[in-house]
Amino acid sequence: MKKTLLLSAFAAAGMAAGAASAGTLDDVKARGKLNCGTNTGLVGFAAPDANGEWQGFDVALCRAIAAAVLDDPNAIEFVSTTGKTRFTALASGEIDVLVRNTTWTFSRDADLKFEFTGVNYYDGQGFMVPKDLGVSSAKELDGATVCIQTGTTTELNLADFFRANNISYEPVPIETNAEGQQQYLAGACDVYTTDASGLAATRATFEDPDAHVLLPEIISKEPLGPLVRHGDNEWGDVVRWTLNALISAEELGITSANLASLVEAADPSTPEINRILGTEGTLGEMIGLDPDWAARAIAVGGNYGEIFAKNIGEETPIGLARGLNAQWTDGGLLYSPPFR
Amino acid sequence: MTTVTDPPRQAFQISMLWNDTRYRSYTFQAIALLLLIAAFSYLIGNLLENLRAAGLNISFEFLGQPAGYDINQRPIEYNSQSSHLRASIVGILNTLIVAFLGCITATIIGVTAGVLRLSNNWLVRKLMAVYVEAFRNVPVLIWILVIFFVMTAALPAPRAFRGETPQASMLFDAVAFTNRGVYIPKPIWETGSMVVVITFALSILGVIAYRRYTTKLLYETGKLLPRGWPTLAILFGPAVVMFFVMGQPISLEYPALKGFNFQGGVQVRGSLIALWIALSVYTGAFIAENVRAGIQAISKGQTEAAASLGLRPGRIMNLVVLPQALRVIIPPLISQYLNLTKNSSLAIAVGYMDVTGTLGGITLNQTGRAIESVLLLMLFYLTISLTISALMNVYNNAIKLKER
Amino acid sequence: MSDHISFVRTEQLPELPPPAREQGVVKWMRENLFAGPVNSALTVVSIFVIFQLVTGVWPWFANSVWNTDSLSECRQVLDGRTGACFSVLTERWNQLLFGFKYPSSEYWRPALAFLLLLPAAAPVMFFDLPRKLLAFTAIYPFLAFHLIWGGTVLIPIFAMAGFVGAYLVFSGLVSRSFLWASVGAVVAALVIWRVGGMLTGMIGPDNPTLVSVPSRDMGGFMLNMILGVVCVSLSLPLGIVLALGRQSDMPIIKIICVVFIEFIRGVPLITLLFVANVVLAYFLPPGTTFDLILRVIIMITLFASAYIAEVIRGGLAALPRGQYEAADSLGLDYPQAMRLIILPQALKISIPGIVNVAVGLFKDTTLVSVISMFDIVGMIRGPILASTAWNGVYWELFLFAAVLFFIVCYGISQYSQWLERRLATDHR
Repeated sequence: MKKTLLLSAFAAAGMAAGAASAGTLDDVKARGKLNCGTNTGLVGFAAPDANGEWQGFDVALCRAIAAAVLDDPNAIEFVSTTGKTRFTALASGEIDVLVRNTTWTFSRDADLKFEFTGVNYYDGQGFMVPKDLGVSSAKELDGATVCIQTGTTTELNLADFFRANNISYEPVPIETNAEGQQQYLAGACDVYTTDASGLAATRATFEDPDAHVLLPEIISKEPLGPLVRHGDNEWGDVVRWTLNALISAEELGITSANLASLVEAADPSTPEINRILGTEGTLGEMIGLDPDWAARAIAVGGNYGEIFAKNIGEETPIGLARGLNAQWTDGGLLYSPPFR
Repeated sequence: MTTVTDPPRQAFQISMLWNDTRYRSYTFQAIALLLLIAAFSYLIGNLLENLRAAGLNISFEFLGQPAGYDINQRPIEYNSQSSHLRASIVGILNTLIVAFLGCITATIIGVTAGVLRLSNNWLVRKLMAVYVEAFRNVPVLIWILVIFFVMTAALPAPRAFRGETPQASMLFDAVAFTNRGVYIPKPIWETGSMVVVITFALSILGVIAYRRYTTKLLYETGKLLPRGWPTLAILFGPAVVMFFVMGQPISLEYPALKGFNFQGGVQVRGSLIALWIALSVYTGAFIAENVRAGIQAISKGQTEAAASLGLRPGRIMNLVVLPQALRVIIPPLISQYLNLTKNSSLAIAVGYMDVTGTLGGITLNQTGRAIESVLLLMLFYLTISLTISALMNVYNNAIKLKER
Repeated sequence: MSDHISFVRTEQLPELPPPAREQGVVKWMRENLFAGPVNSALTVVSIFVIFQLVTGVWPWFANSVWNTDSLSECRQVLDGRTGACFSVLTERWNQLLFGFKYPSSEYWRPALAFLLLLPAAAPVMFFDLPRKLLAFTAIYPFLAFHLIWGGTVLIPIFAMAGFVGAYLVFSGLVSRSFLWASVGAVVAALVIWRVGGMLTGMIGPDNPTLVSVPSRDMGGFMLNMILGVVCVSLSLPLGIVLALGRQSDMPIIKIICVVFIEFIRGVPLITLLFVANVVLAYFLPPGTTFDLILRVIIMITLFASAYIAEVIRGGLAALPRGQYEAADSLGLDYPQAMRLIILPQALKISIPGIVNVAVGLFKDTTLVSVISMFDIVGMIRGPILASTAWNGVYWELFLFAAVLFFIVCYGISQYSQWLERRLATDHR
């Protein structure tokens, strides 16, 4: 009896276990679902809404990939990961792609054996202080108490910054963004530091956002992007070029509104648009997908600019400006290699 | 079924491995061992294959590399350039600090509540019952979080102490309660202070000697000298005299608001206080139950016999009931200490940098060495547990009732 | 003579009431509240403490707000007064109880499953109830599984069929040899599950009556309940095996059990959860993806079984030696002696200890919030406090969680005490 109970547990486990094959792309197609690793909840980037539907800037990328590969933007299993669990989840194959705000660094790429397939948000670490503290530069923060979320590159940047400027500080490590806000608002720390986008999002939720200022120093480069496992280049290509398709779409003026008509027209004077949308050439075949894969990806939430505007842009409560995340033609850093 | 009489000796046959009770246990053990080896080789094989597929390896070299992050509570010298190993040691020391403080206060709270639960006073009895039940039946994680949030929300921030008419003020101008922690004065040891300390240490020996002497006197002559005030006098008298003789070599450094924070003095951080209070009050509720059970386990006859010998109630408790009750109380008490130490790993919820927060937290995150970190973490807790268990066994053997 | 005794009363005097200080409330108070100076002082201190608590907490309850949509609205309604914003509970109760992903139209299913837990547990907890009720207890796990997870009804039916088949084979063979009966039972169950699995794949309906809900979508207090109930029930048989193994004469088996038990008891649960969360995946065959909830169930079950094994070992040690000798002298072999004589008695005296372990374990299920699972504490610390509407509500949410846990744990511990009293009389 005892043994059978145990066995039943393992039998149940067996049902959940899926057979593995060589390529993630084939796995995803066979499974019919994309396992997508996200945050446990960061409003604007990835958070469940009141109906339990995941929404946000990072989530939109997942939906685009699912649409490109499976032709269904909802065929996604969202796996929320913490700073601690995200890399194991990816390395062990629990998730196919990690879109959580993860900074592209040398050691993550080389030592942890992950492949960053591009950058979907250029961020940097900033500081937020209450206005009445009268601080105008991060270099004036000698002796301050700094609230910081653990498990991110933020704490390493912070240590480096204060060491480089030879000033002292007191770190207060906290687990979640919500607790960080609470500590900061109660005055348990003088400064709250995290990625500038996160600070803006956090400040937007305050009762009195004007009582807090973001300091001018951005102390780090935080290129955030989706990542996959090392060594599975076919799958890496799918994720990389889905992201590039969204970026190129904005550059070339493909929007969710004119997408259908562009596909219909297949105007010979715009060859690159045609190649992206699959009405010319065999790009889809090369990547192991249908010819209209990119069109499907763009159809979900529009191009990069539309996704940005809808989730974190200036019209939203998060209210982020494009800044570095503008197209290269507008002075930003977004630059997709050509679809050729 | 099995025969009770031994079967006649016969040549060994393979079937005897199965049917003969003498050999069957060998068969079982061999099978168990094989299964164990098979299971382990299966798991380790999987591990190796997974690591190979991911291009990773098992290596503890990361312990020697610079940690890169800062820790706020540093019992030993540490900065962001120190190694991960040193960060882990800082974490271990922080674990031991909170466990040690917690055990002391939990014992005080638990013994008090346990004795009061047996009080004649109805109101006190009920109040203690409410305390014990409320804390025993709610998860300790919830208590830790509640106390942490309440402290942050209820206590003033340091900037409330600033200005012409501050909203908050320091207690006796010496202790500041803020939501970043409690700042208390720090003693400054100047030359000659060692003399005072040594005097005090000698006074402690003196107290022990005096108490021994009174006990001896009591047993030999039946004369009972007072104990309370002489103890205090011996303990503090010489030290105070020496303090002034040496020209007040010990002074206090008071915390003062400078810049963003209080500077000087000793800061007991909010996360430590929250964890400390929560663990000691939670564990105290369990200890109270152990103490109550221990006292109740002493048969009423013992109390009555002592009373009929003419002992006063206080002395009955000290000389008759407690020595016997301790035999019952101490083993569960020690396992409560063990639980407290293990529960201190919840420090991670309030950002107290114990070993789970450094080695099992930031180091694990930054290096991605999950297997190695978790392994070391488990080894640390296992060492602590086994050490305490070993001590407990020694104690149990020492106090075992020596019967016939 | 009789003329002179007119002084003698012919009827008894009526009883006088006792003095005022020796009766009623006054006597009770004198004995229970003011017996001596120390006692009186304690009473005064207690009354002061209670007064402080009540005056501190009362306005908070009295002014509580129950129907706003966000914290800022609630603060406007309160307008500076102290008061609780219980509106977070009225707005988010479903998330606190069921997590944020469980489909709201299906809430009745887990609710019903936990309601049915009471009649299912009753015959195990109260020995006086008719034994026939145990039939429902036997069906309950499958019923509850079907209710909570949904999906095709064939899965729980085949799972149950496997157990029934195993039982039939076992009872048919047990008179010959316990060992072969166990092996046969396992084989029978496996065969039935295998066949059932294939049949389910073939004839399973595409749209089952109860919508299938994946384990990832479990959350809130429901998750605590699931983890608590499942892990305790699974760890019981494992704990018995470990306890017997630790008492065994066979050195290798004994060593294995001792090492396992001491290892598990020596490390905090949270490190085991880390193992489930970040390490276990490396030890499984490449490509296997376990549900996190399943990995956590395995780890908590192992954790609980070590503690339960120690409790049962205590029960085994408490049995008089004569019971073992009596079983031997009847000519019973080891499995028979254990099954028919030793374990029924040992388990009975271990029940209070097992219940204590169960309560502790149930409380410890909150630790899963640390590894990013959304149990009730995880819901509070994660989605609810992170939402713009309710950022800053702590007391109300944690009070709610504490009350839920208190009700369940206090109920169980009262039961345990009742049982202890009852078992104590059985032995005298």
